Amino acid sequence: MSAVLAKVVAHRLFWPVVMLLILFTINLIAFPGFFTISVRDGHLFGSLIDILRNGAPTLIIAVGMTLVIATRGIDLSVGAVAAISGAVACSIILGSPEPGSLATVAVAVSVALLISLVLGVWNGFLVAVLGIQPIIATLILMTAGRGVAMLITEGQILTVNSPPFKFLGSGFWFGVPIAVIIAAVVFGLAALITRRTALGMFIESVGINPEASRQAGVRARGLLFAVYTFCAFCAAIAGLILTANTAAADANNTGLFIELDAILAVVIGGTSLAGGRYSLLGTLVGALVIQTLVTTVYTVGIPPIATMVFKAAVVTVVCLLQSPTTAEAFSGVRRRLALRAGKGVAAS
Amino acid sequence: MTNLLDAPERPKRPSRGGGAADRGIGPGSGNRPDAAGGSRVARIGSGIRSLLTSPKYGPVIVTAVLFVAVFVIGGVRYRGFFSGQVFLNLLVDNSYLIVLAVGMTFVILTGGIDLSVGAVVALSGMIAASLLQTGWSPAVVIPLILVLTSVLGLLVGLMIHVFKVQPFIATLAAMFLARGLCYVISQNSISITDPTFVQLAIARIPLGGNLSITPSVIIAVAVVAVAVWVLHATRFGRTVYAIGGGEQSGLLMGLPVARTKVLVYVISGFCSGLAGVLFTFYTLSGYPLTAVGTELDAIAAVVIGGTLLTGGYGFVLGSVLGVLVLGVIQTIITFEGTLSSWWTKIFIGALLLVFIILQKVLTARRR
Repeated sequence: MSAVLAKVVAHRLFWPVVMLLILFTINLIAFPGFFTISVRDGHLFGSLIDILRNGAPTLIIAVGMTLVIATRGIDLSVGAVAAISGAVACSIILGSPEPGSLATVAVAVSVALLISLVLGVWNGFLVAVLGIQPIIATLILMTAGRGVAMLITEGQILTVNSPPFKFLGSGFWFGVPIAVIIAAVVFGLAALITRRTALGMFIESVGINPEASRQAGVRARGLLFAVYTFCAFCAAIAGLILTANTAAADANNTGLFIELDAILAVVIGGTSLAGGRYSLLGTLVGALVIQTLVTTVYTVGIPPIATMVFKAAVVTVVCLLQSPTTAEAFSGVRRRLALRAGKGVAAS
Repeated sequence: MTNLLDAPERPKRPSRGGGAADRGIGPGSGNRPDAAGGSRVARIGSGIRSLLTSPKYGPVIVTAVLFVAVFVIGGVRYRGFFSGQVFLNLLVDNSYLIVLAVGMTFVILTGGIDLSVGAVVALSGMIAASLLQTGWSPAVVIPLILVLTSVLGLLVGLMIHVFKVQPFIATLAAMFLARGLCYVISQNSISITDPTFVQLAIARIPLGGNLSITPSVIIAVAVVAVAVWVLHATRFGRTVYAIGGGEQSGLLMGLPVARTKVLVYVISGFCSGLAGVLFTFYTLSGYPLTAVGTELDAIAAVVIGGTLLTGGYGFVLGSVLGVLVLGVIQTIITFEGTLSSWWTKIFIGALLLVFIILQKVLTARRR
């Protein structure tokens, strides 16, 4: 019994899931209807659906970020890339004669996604070819990217009136929010491609020891290009959803701090920033923890602006619980307890 | 003979592009029938080259040259740019950033990073504004802020060292905490009317001629001087460089790695608090959204100033130069008038790129 328990506790998703359950419980106490999902106007409706919908952009970026972090990298530029893709899409829609037509939106979305691929290749080039530390390589695009987005929007907030584009952010399909469906597709594809093929293992091997994996014949350079490009692609999708949700491109605020939320989701999910083993499922739990935390702050009635203090608390607690020092301390206490119990038996 | 004595000090690197050939001298070339004047010129030339290509001095020299070049370009292009006061205003406007960059230099020298500095600047501004509003004396408020931010730095340092949390994540948590506390204190801007603060904000110290500086500049210069002394003349400073060069080696040498690693975050916290106080002298208010993204400016300044992000190499004075380069770019954009402010971001990004590639080239050659 205790062996099973120890196994469960030792599982790396244990603490994140416990955190999520605690947050759910707090919500349930504060708001008894928390788990009810009703159908209104043919759409699913309820707190859980809200969490999924609002958390979708963060989750999408976090999926890309997980793969980047697994290669011992990091991508700080995702927020800027999201802003650029939103700005590009909105400026194309605004510039076209028919902002409401499906073709215009299709062109705008594809151009935005294509540009994000270029940005991702740029990051990949800096990291894989020039060998710059990822945190700094992506810092360049993070700083310059917002400036580029401002150039595209010419410093204005671009408001578009285009139903098909708006649908991307706030539409429903079979009652499920489009954003959630997109997030599910991205998550599913990433899981399928990296876990049903050897790709995921290659990514992990590059993260654990780049030199050894190179000697074993893994093409690290191509892999790095791929993960950074994928991450930028994810960022662009998230940027489009965020922009479509408000139907406005704001170069300064679209995706502000989303890189931090995404990185947090990955870390809470148990993927180490030191690279190597990664868990997409963990990232999913992490993203849910972050979004549930934000919702909890609302439902409990704490001023929403204090959310950041709680985020800080959650990060600190999860990091400390996952720390090797804590694990050692725990096992030390357990051993001492066991010893004492053993001695007690011997004495009696 | 002097050639022979000098020779071993000269770095031995693979000769690329005929480097060894035009250096003219090398190990064992002492008794070559070389004209004395020629070899001296060659020696100075190679000395300059080895300075420029060393990871220690190269980036700093490039930054200094860049700063002078940009300043001269500004002077040629705009009337009234080439004056002492424009230069001094660089210090006046960026005194808080200089203090931040000093703290960041310590952290980056050990190979860490501190993302919390911008939020801590905002937090100390909020604490100052709210306490002064309720009638506290500045003589209590300022030390209190410095102690609080140092303690925050201490907690971050302990989290990083004892619990082995990556600096990136630990300081990220501190950033969230500080920014969140700002909002808890107040969501609106609080203006400061305390006479001491107002005095310090408007005070100008004349330097003769029409030149003047603010008290903040003097504080910033003092911080820089102390930091230079600590890094280059104390054991603690040597240990900071040693940790950046190789933490394991430092540990094996018996250096106090743990204490030093925690202390650099305390220093960064203290500097952020002080920078926050200087910033309130500058703005005379506390606002929860001030200094968003300042941590990036500080990191950029340190990198442009030639500190290697992997730690081990770099100078506080280099970081000061980095701040001045950022400042002069901003000044030029202001003088230009037609360029929008977002060009600043693009320029800073481009500069970062250039300097990082430069660092990469320099360190790659050394190995």
